[in-house]
Amino acid sequence: MSEHPAGDAIVVDRLRRAFGKLLAVDDVSFRVPRAAIFGFLGPNGSGKSTVIRMLCGVLRPSGGSATVIGHDVARESEQIKEHIGYMSQRFSLYADLTVAENLDFYGRIYGLSRQRIAERKVELFRLTGLEDRANQISGTLSGGWKQRLALACAMIHEPDVLFLDEPTAGIDPVARRDLWDLLFVLSGRGVTLFVTTHYMDEAERCTQVGYIYLGRLIAEGHPDDLKQLPAVTPPGTVRYELECRGAAEVLQQLKTLDGVRDATLFGERIHLLATAELSSSAILAALPERREAEIRPMGPSLEDVFVTLSRAEAARRQA
Amino acid sequence: MRGFGAIFLKELTHVRRERSTLLFAFLIPVLQLSIFGYAIDIKIEHISTVVLDLDGREQSRRLIEAFANTRTLRITQTAASDAEFDRAMSSGRAKVGVRIPPDYSERRLRGEQAHVQVLIDGSNSNVATVALSTANMVGMNQSLREIRQSEDRRSAPTARGDTGQSALPIEIRGRMLYNPDLLSARFFVPALVGIILQNVTIFLTSFSIVREREHGTLEQLFVTPVSRAGLMLGKLAPYTIMGFLETLIILLVMVFVFGVPIQGNLILLLGLSLLFLLAALGLGLLISTAAQTQLQAIQITFIILLPSILLSGFVFPRETIPPAIAWISYVIPVTYFLEILRGIILRGADVRDLLPHIVGLSACCVIILSLSILRFRKQLA
Repeated sequence: MSEHPAGDAIVVDRLRRAFGKLLAVDDVSFRVPRAAIFGFLGPNGSGKSTVIRMLCGVLRPSGGSATVIGHDVARESEQIKEHIGYMSQRFSLYADLTVAENLDFYGRIYGLSRQRIAERKVELFRLTGLEDRANQISGTLSGGWKQRLALACAMIHEPDVLFLDEPTAGIDPVARRDLWDLLFVLSGRGVTLFVTTHYMDEAERCTQVGYIYLGRLIAEGHPDDLKQLPAVTPPGTVRYELECRGAAEVLQQLKTLDGVRDATLFGERIHLLATAELSSSAILAALPERREAEIRPMGPSLEDVFVTLSRAEAARRQA
Repeated sequence: MRGFGAIFLKELTHVRRERSTLLFAFLIPVLQLSIFGYAIDIKIEHISTVVLDLDGREQSRRLIEAFANTRTLRITQTAASDAEFDRAMSSGRAKVGVRIPPDYSERRLRGEQAHVQVLIDGSNSNVATVALSTANMVGMNQSLREIRQSEDRRSAPTARGDTGQSALPIEIRGRMLYNPDLLSARFFVPALVGIILQNVTIFLTSFSIVREREHGTLEQLFVTPVSRAGLMLGKLAPYTIMGFLETLIILLVMVFVFGVPIQGNLILLLGLSLLFLLAALGLGLLISTAAQTQLQAIQITFIILLPSILLSGFVFPRETIPPAIAWISYVIPVTYFLEILRGIILRGADVRDLLPHIVGLSACCVIILSLSILRFRKQLA
């Protein structure tokens, strides 16, 4: 990535935010390099949106600090706003304005000249394919097109950093794929992307992911690195993938089997975390008779990573 | 002021798209003025009255006639018995009952004082007060007429009129200024202009901001470098223009439909209306900083609307409000505006006459706008 300026686009240091007694964001630290696609994951209510709002300068941190492209979020929020784009969880454009009118409005808000707005509209229309819908009232667009329009509005002023809060929630798989293709184009142009999502396949496509659970960042790094974490597959344990017909029926049986730490169903397959003493043949032997089955060792998926880490964190807090 | 133009243009587009806003801003006020202007009449007349005449001779009939000749009372029933008389009162059919005793004429002929019982339904204190004073007036007039008859027979009456006949020693000559026919419309229509303007403008601004808060578009705006002043003034300006157009329209209705001419300076009236509009729009802005949803905005608006109707002098004279509560009327901008409207429209008042109210309205305007700008933050929660 030598063509992009070096350094971090976002630096978060021990960031905290309390709402009354509730600590929504607790001591969160991470860095996002320029042109990265940072996937921010975590269950609902874990503090994802709160972090984004603080980074966008619309919510004051209770403690700690954060900078976005070199500007402090608490003191220099107005400078940050010049250089970022934000797409919120729900459609928050003017539904009674047309596609073009929404773009014009945001262009004017950012103080672009009339000519510049016209140029940017052409570029964004080409990028998002919205051209044919330019004069459509935006409230009548389908979910996927709404998201594209929201993205186009967030990008009218060519921001350096884009914050996308669950951009693909509630849109169909094709539109989802298209949107991600668009994000890769932007990342290729040097735009830093900060994306929250619940989809594991989207997380796999990020250059870096962070996982927040009940306000605390419990894992952060490249998806492949996270899978290697010792906490995910503790020493003395092995992960297996078991493929068999009627997998759902045998799941309960396997869960009670001595040496099985965890078993999760994926269609006709079961992912197992077992102690090393429990051999694969022993597992097969535990199945009901004449059940055809195949078993092979496997690495953890990103979902395995997050589920394991969440349970460990929940247990740690209980104690 | 960054973003002012963008917000201003956008608001105009909203108004163009949302036709109901135009309806609400222009048609509804005209309808309201037309309906309320005709309906509100505080003159109390034709109070239904029941009469029980136990005497029935000429003297008592003359007394009943005197009651009937006041426009205030109207004899709707003549009872034949005490039971019927009582029933008329308790059923509410009659608000006033006049009971003439059987010995009325005899006592008068003997030169003794006669007693006439007048029962009044006190449920509505305004009606009751008027009925009582009317009844007293009838008794007083009848007594004076009889006294004058005996005065005429005397050689040196207490006072003589121009024709040499005996007359009342003192005559009060009253003349009504500004509203000689005592038309309620004269009093209410100018004030209705103010009340209607206030209601519409408060709703327009507070809703235009709270709706953005509800739809999440305000959060989206907070993430842009739009300035606070640009955002707020961009919201205020289009509605100020609409409010001003609306002022012109309802003043036209007042002059040409209700025939209430503007006695004073029209430019002064329009200038001060603009000042009032700013204060009212500022109130809307202030509400929008407190309300998270449109429902809350409606609730808060109603908290303001009731005192601005009851305490501003719109219906009841402010002098009658106890001092402990009267201060509220000083913090409501419409109080000053009503004085200004009635002053300019009815009495032809000029700046000097209205100075205290102009100062009060200006102070309200400055305080409300400063408060709302202070409270409005580009921050969430």
